[in-house]
Amino acid sequence: MAVAAGRPTGQPEPDNPLTAGLERLPVAPTTLVIFGATGDLARRKLLPALYNLAHEGALPERFHLVGVSRKEKENEDYRTECEQAIRRFSRRTPDEAVLKSLLDNIKYVPGTFDEDSVYTELKDVLDGFERADGEPLNRAFYLSTAPSFFPVIVEQLGSSKLAHHEHGEVRVIIEKPFGTTLEEARELNRHVLAIFEEHQVFRIDHYLGKETVQNMMAFRFANGMFEPLWNRNYIESVQITAAEDLGIGSRADYYDQSGALRDLIQNHMLQLLCHVAMEPPVSFTAEEVRNEKVKVLQAIPQPTAAEIPQMSLRAQYTAGHAGGDDVPGYLQEEGVPEGSRTETYAALRLEVDNWRWAGVPFYLRTGKRLARKITEIAITLKPVPHLAFSQDGSLGVQPNQLVLTLQPNEGVSLRLGAKIPGTRMIIRPVNMEFLYGTAFLSQSPEAYERLITDAMRGDATLFTRNDEVEAQWRICDPIVKSWAQKPGPPVASYEAGSQGPKEAENLLREDDRWRAI
Amino acid sequence: MAGGAAQSTRSDAVWSEQGTTPDAIEAALRRLLNEVHAQNDEFLPARVLNMIAFVDREWTGEIANRLRGVGRYHASRLVVLAYEPRRERLDARVMITAEGASAPGELALLHETVVVELGDCHLDDLLTIADPLVVTDLPTLLWSPHGHHEIVTELLALSQAVLLDSVDEPITREALDRACELTARAYVVDLAWLRSTPWRERVAATFDPVWLRRELCAITGVTVRHHPASTAAALLLVGWLASRLDWQAEALVADGDALVGHTHAGGQHVAVRLEAAPELQVPGLAGLALETASGLHLSLSRGSGGLHAQRRWPISDDRPHGEEQEWTIPGASRGETGVLGEGIRQALLRDPTYAPALQAARAMLP
Repeated sequence: MAVAAGRPTGQPEPDNPLTAGLERLPVAPTTLVIFGATGDLARRKLLPALYNLAHEGALPERFHLVGVSRKEKENEDYRTECEQAIRRFSRRTPDEAVLKSLLDNIKYVPGTFDEDSVYTELKDVLDGFERADGEPLNRAFYLSTAPSFFPVIVEQLGSSKLAHHEHGEVRVIIEKPFGTTLEEARELNRHVLAIFEEHQVFRIDHYLGKETVQNMMAFRFANGMFEPLWNRNYIESVQITAAEDLGIGSRADYYDQSGALRDLIQNHMLQLLCHVAMEPPVSFTAEEVRNEKVKVLQAIPQPTAAEIPQMSLRAQYTAGHAGGDDVPGYLQEEGVPEGSRTETYAALRLEVDNWRWAGVPFYLRTGKRLARKITEIAITLKPVPHLAFSQDGSLGVQPNQLVLTLQPNEGVSLRLGAKIPGTRMIIRPVNMEFLYGTAFLSQSPEAYERLITDAMRGDATLFTRNDEVEAQWRICDPIVKSWAQKPGPPVASYEAGSQGPKEAENLLREDDRWRAI
Repeated sequence: MAGGAAQSTRSDAVWSEQGTTPDAIEAALRRLLNEVHAQNDEFLPARVLNMIAFVDREWTGEIANRLRGVGRYHASRLVVLAYEPRRERLDARVMITAEGASAPGELALLHETVVVELGDCHLDDLLTIADPLVVTDLPTLLWSPHGHHEIVTELLALSQAVLLDSVDEPITREALDRACELTARAYVVDLAWLRSTPWRERVAATFDPVWLRRELCAITGVTVRHHPASTAAALLLVGWLASRLDWQAEALVADGDALVGHTHAGGQHVAVRLEAAPELQVPGLAGLALETASGLHLSLSRGSGGLHAQRRWPISDDRPHGEEQEWTIPGASRGETGVLGEGIRQALLRDPTYAPALQAARAMLP
C-alpha cells in the first residue's frame, strides 16, 4: 500500500489554514464498521444518519461502511437492506445519486462476533479499502449489539490487531447500556481499557447529542444574568422530569430487564443534572467539560440502604386511558413476565453536596404512560423574603420558577409575579416564554448525525468518560440492588395516563410540589 | 395618502389596502398576529430575521417564487418593496402564513410577508416607509436583486447584512468593487461565495490529513472551471486560496475565453487559470484542479451524487508506477433555491474569510 508519501517527519505539523470560517470542519478519511449492522438501531438511526451526512456533504473525504452481523448475506443483499432502511427512516427523501454513491461504498462481513475468521475477513476488507484508496484511513468500530457482545468484540478487535493502526486513528463507539450495575460497568471498562486507550473510546449517550441538551450549556454559560442566582442562596429546588405518554410497546424483552431507573435515570437524567449543576468549565474541550460533570456526580452521596426508601420510589402503570383509548397495565402488556416487579416509573431525591448546591434537593422522575410526553428541568427559586402585598383575592405570590423544556417544544419559561389589571394590588403568576423554534432558521440535526461525526473527528465532548459512567452507576447501583431484592421495597402503582403514583409526594420536602406533567 | 381613498379588504390572515400608510400596515400586522394567535395559541410568530427585498414590481412574482423555495430559511418577516417608477399611490398587502402542519401540542411558526408597492415619489421617504415594518431588535437582511445600488445604500441604515450575488453583475470588476464597498458598511452575504462552500470544504478536507497538509505550501497550479457568467465565483475561490495561504495575488490576463496569470507563494509561482465551462447550465463552479511541486495532481468536478474527485501521484520511489485514484464524495446539489436559503441563513452568522478572499479576488482582476 502506497501510504508513505508525505509521511510524518517528527516535526510539529502545521495547522490547516483552510478550515478557518468553515461551519463544517473536515473529518479524516474513515472506514466505519457497524457491529450489529442488521439490528434495529442500525436500520432506524445509524444508516439514516449516515445518509443525511452524505446528503449534506458532511461525510469524510474518503468514507467506507462495513456491516458486520451474524446473518449470512452478500454485499449486494446488505446494500439493498441499507437502501430500504434509509428510504424508510431518513428524515429527508433520499437523492438517488447520493444514495447510490453512499451504497457503493458499503461492504458486509457475516459471522458471529466471537469467530476469529470474522476479524480476519474484516481486516482484509479494511486493508483492501486502504490499498484501493492509496491512503491510510481511520477506523471507527461502532458496537451496536446486545451489551453482552461488547467485551467479546473488544477482545477480538484486540487479538486480531485491529485496535491500533500504524497510519491512522482507531476508535470504538459503544452504545448504551454501559453495564447494568456498577460492577458490570467497571468490568466492561476494564475489558475495553485493556485493549483501547480512553481517548479511543466513545460511549454513547444519545441525549448528549441532542441540540436541546447542548443548549443548556449555552443557556447557562453564555448568559451572565443567571449565574449570580445559580446556587443554594437563591434556588429552592431542582426538578427534572422525563415523562412519556406511551407504554413499552413491543420492547417488553428489553424493558423488563432494564426498568425506568436503568433506562433513563442512570444515564440521561443524571447527565441533565450534571448540566444544571456543573461549574463553568475552563474551556469547552472534552476533558474540561467531562471533568466538571464528574465532579458533580462525585458530590452526590451514594444512598445507604436505610436512605433508599426515603429518597427513591418505583412504580408500575396499571390499566387506564391514554389518548382517548383504554390501555392495558404494564403486567398485561405483551411479553411482560407474570408478576414482574420492573418499574415503569422511578423517582429520586438527590443532593449535590458541594459549596454551590448543599441543601438543594434535586428531584428526578421518569415514567411510561404518564399524562403526556415532556422532558423538562424546573428550577424553583426561593420565595421573596418579605411580601408587601395582600394575598387576598388572588392566586398569590409564588416563587419564581425557571423551566427549561427539552421536548416537545424546546424553550425557556420564567414564572413571574404580575399585577392583575384593576384598582387593587393583586398579584398572580404569569409566564414569560421563549421557544427556540421561533428564533432559529435551521433544523436541528438528529443526535446520531452529530455523534457519529464527532466520533469520527475524535471529539469526545458529547460522550461519556469511563469515570463518568462509573460515577453514575455509583449513585444508582445501591438502588438497583435494593429493588432487585426479594421481596424488596414495594412497587407502587399509577393509572396509565395519570400524573404518576401518589407516593411520589413522599419524596418531596415540605412546601415542594411536583409540577403537573 | 397618495392615490385616492383607502379601500380595505381582509380575510383570515391577509390584509390589503390601497393608498395606505406605514402606520396602517404596521397596525394591520399587529392585529393579524393577535387574531391568528387568539384562534390557536400554538401559532407563534417566528422571530429570527427581517428581510427587506427591494424589487422591480414587474418581477415581484419571480422573486416570490424564488423565496417560496427556501422553505424553513424564510425570513420571519419579509418586507417586499415593489418598485414601479411612475406609481404614485402606496398600496400594501400583508400575509401571515403558518409553517407546515402542527402536530397536537407542537408549535407552528408564523411568517409575515408585507408587500408594499411604491414609486419614485416615495423614494425620498423610503426609510420612513420601511422602518416601521421591520421587527425591532431582529437583525435585518437587505436584498436588491435588480440592482438599485443607491436604494441599497439608503436602506443600509436599517440593515446589518446585505445579500448579493456577484455573478449577477454583468461586469465582474463592478461586482467585486460593489461587494467590497458594502463590506465596509455591513456584513455581506454573497451567493457567489456560498456556491463555492462545498468546494472550499472539500479542498480543506483534502489537505487536512497531516501527511498531505505540507503539500499546501507547495501548490504550483490552480485551474478553476466556471459557468461563463460566473467569473466572480471563480475569482473568489482562488482569492480564498490566496488569502488563506498568503499568496501575493496579481492581475490575471485574458487568454481567449480564459483568464491566466500567476500569484506568488513565498519563493514560488502559482499558475492560475480560470476557464469558462460553457456546458455548465447553472451559475457557479464546474471544476477545480490543483497541482503541487511534488507532482501531485488533485481535481474536483461536479458529478452525479456529489463531487467527483481525482488524485494522481507522480512516479516516485514509493510509487514506481505512479498512482491514480478516482472517487465520488457524496453530496446533494442544493440548487439555486438552496443557495438562496443558505444566503438567508448566513445573515445570522459571520464568515471572517469572505472579505480577505474578496480583496485577493479584486487584486487578480484583469
